[in-house]
Amino acid sequence: MRIVFKTDYMQDIRPWKDGYQLSLYLLLLVVAIAAPWWLDDFYLGELTNVLIWAIAGLGLMVLTGHTGQASLGHAAFLAIGCYANIILLEAGVPFMIAFPATGLITGIIGATIAVPALRLHGIYLAIFTLAMSILMDDIIVLAEPITGGVAGKFAPPVGVFGVMIDRWGTPNEFYWLTLGVVVLVTLGYINLLRAPLGRSFIAVRDSEVSAQAMGVDISRTKTVSFGLSCMVTGWAGALMGLYAGAFNNETFSVVISIQLLMMIVIGGLGSIHGAFFGAIVIGFLPQFLSIAKEYVGAVIGGSTVAIPGLEFGIFGMILIAFILFEPMGIYGRWLKIRTWFELFPFYRKDMFKRQKSYLKTERLR
Amino acid sequence: MSLLELENVTLKFGGLTAVDDLSFSVEEGEVFAIVGPNGAGKSTVFNLISRFYDPYAGKIRFDGHDLLQVKPSGVAAYGVARTFQNIELFEHATVLQNLLVGRHRHRTTNAFSELFFTPSAKRQELENREKVEEVIDFLDLQAYRDKMIAGLPYGVRKVVEVARALSTDPKLLLLDEPASGLSVEETSDMRWWIDDIRRQMGITVLMVEHDMGLVSGVSDRVLAMADGAKLALGTPAEVQSHPAVIEAYLGKAS
Repeated sequence: MRIVFKTDYMQDIRPWKDGYQLSLYLLLLVVAIAAPWWLDDFYLGELTNVLIWAIAGLGLMVLTGHTGQASLGHAAFLAIGCYANIILLEAGVPFMIAFPATGLITGIIGATIAVPALRLHGIYLAIFTLAMSILMDDIIVLAEPITGGVAGKFAPPVGVFGVMIDRWGTPNEFYWLTLGVVVLVTLGYINLLRAPLGRSFIAVRDSEVSAQAMGVDISRTKTVSFGLSCMVTGWAGALMGLYAGAFNNETFSVVISIQLLMMIVIGGLGSIHGAFFGAIVIGFLPQFLSIAKEYVGAVIGGSTVAIPGLEFGIFGMILIAFILFEPMGIYGRWLKIRTWFELFPFYRKDMFKRQKSYLKTERLR
Repeated sequence: MSLLELENVTLKFGGLTAVDDLSFSVEEGEVFAIVGPNGAGKSTVFNLISRFYDPYAGKIRFDGHDLLQVKPSGVAAYGVARTFQNIELFEHATVLQNLLVGRHRHRTTNAFSELFFTPSAKRQELENREKVEEVIDFLDLQAYRDKMIAGLPYGVRKVVEVARALSTDPKLLLLDEPASGLSVEETSDMRWWIDDIRRQMGITVLMVEHDMGLVSGVSDRVLAMADGAKLALGTPAEVQSHPAVIEAYLGKAS
């Protein structure tokens, strides 16, 4: 068992516990940066997709995992981010300005939408955001002169520090661009969690009454949370648009919203790791299913005809299994396994017993 | 001038008068207890001071400020901290994080500097941590510092709630039944802590409590309430022997 001996407050404030942990994460970063050399183009593309989903997951995690506000409408913010980015690019704004501006625009729109959403809790907020996600589809069609309507839009190559990046032409560079955004967003998230703002999010999630009594302004905190969440989601949307190459009103359907929420629940609510674990599941499951289907088809001699709804059926079953057996998600399971090894042979079955999932409704209402 | 003043405060829920024309004032540096049978409106008085409820009529002043002018989250900024009868901690956070939320009213950084964790944000974190450690030392919570609230026993949670309130560096501490559900030893610990909070830290304490041993042990003045109205106000001995109080608790001798 590894015991960290603390002699300084900075050991709690800095993001890593000790040199061992820091070197592990640095190693992971190096492996990730070197991915183009040990992965072929197809799997590099898939990995890029996973990273983009992870950014979107981090965005939703701020709101749902840490502030406790369930949102079924984050596909709408992906769409806003995607369209804002492309529209700015088409207007001749360089990518290095358009991309941050996209986050800002989505964040401001998100914070504005938060104002009526502040009055809603739990399931009502989920329905409100769900409606928003459905509306976004129609808004994109109606705003055809700006958005291209049903015909959609195409993503141009983008310039980053003078290098032209295009999903198909230069997959390596596009991967690195995505990885860079992931690293920056994650660092920002870590900083958030060790600062008063992140703690006030957690306070609002766990008990609004006592958060208020401690001087946390509930409406303002929720608005900031919505804003930050939507900003990050907007960036994910912008990258998704560039990744897909072409998109229209149906790209960011309500199904994407539900997938996003499922992703962070499966990964583990209330942790940065959870967003990444969830993204890996969501990103690789379709590939895994098609491989499994081929295999099953070969064994039982059936055809490889696509079964409609198979993917969602499996997703749904996985989600139900997680809610029943591991409400803390993959990250929670990972913590248990790690604790088991660290404390061997002293691990007790009930050690994590009382820790349940977050999304709860309000008590004083 | 008194630290906290309630003047003819009335609160009605529909036809029910929860607090009826109540006036009292808490002087700086004293321990003031509110007692009364269940449903007397004691916790409602706390919720009025915390601004969770808007009074139907009357005035609440704290330290020269009109409390009725501020939002619920603004009360803490004036230096009023409170605990809750049914513990309201942040369940899925550590004890340390809970106490650090208590430092929120002293926050000087903004979202931007926190996202980049600028030197000023770091300095503020170190300062907060030092203040919180003082409270941890004072209430003997060292062993629980990095523990999740969700896994803590009831007695410790009660102490953590007091610790979180103290972390805000308050002028007035509202304790809502600090000894309810505690064992005899824990209650006597609580008694010495309340005494120390007043003597060492110079914090005025207003508490609601049923345990008469604790009330008569630490409080300077006691307010007895029944059905939302004032029954008696005075020293613990005076209130305990007041005929109206005895009647409210035991009923009239026939």
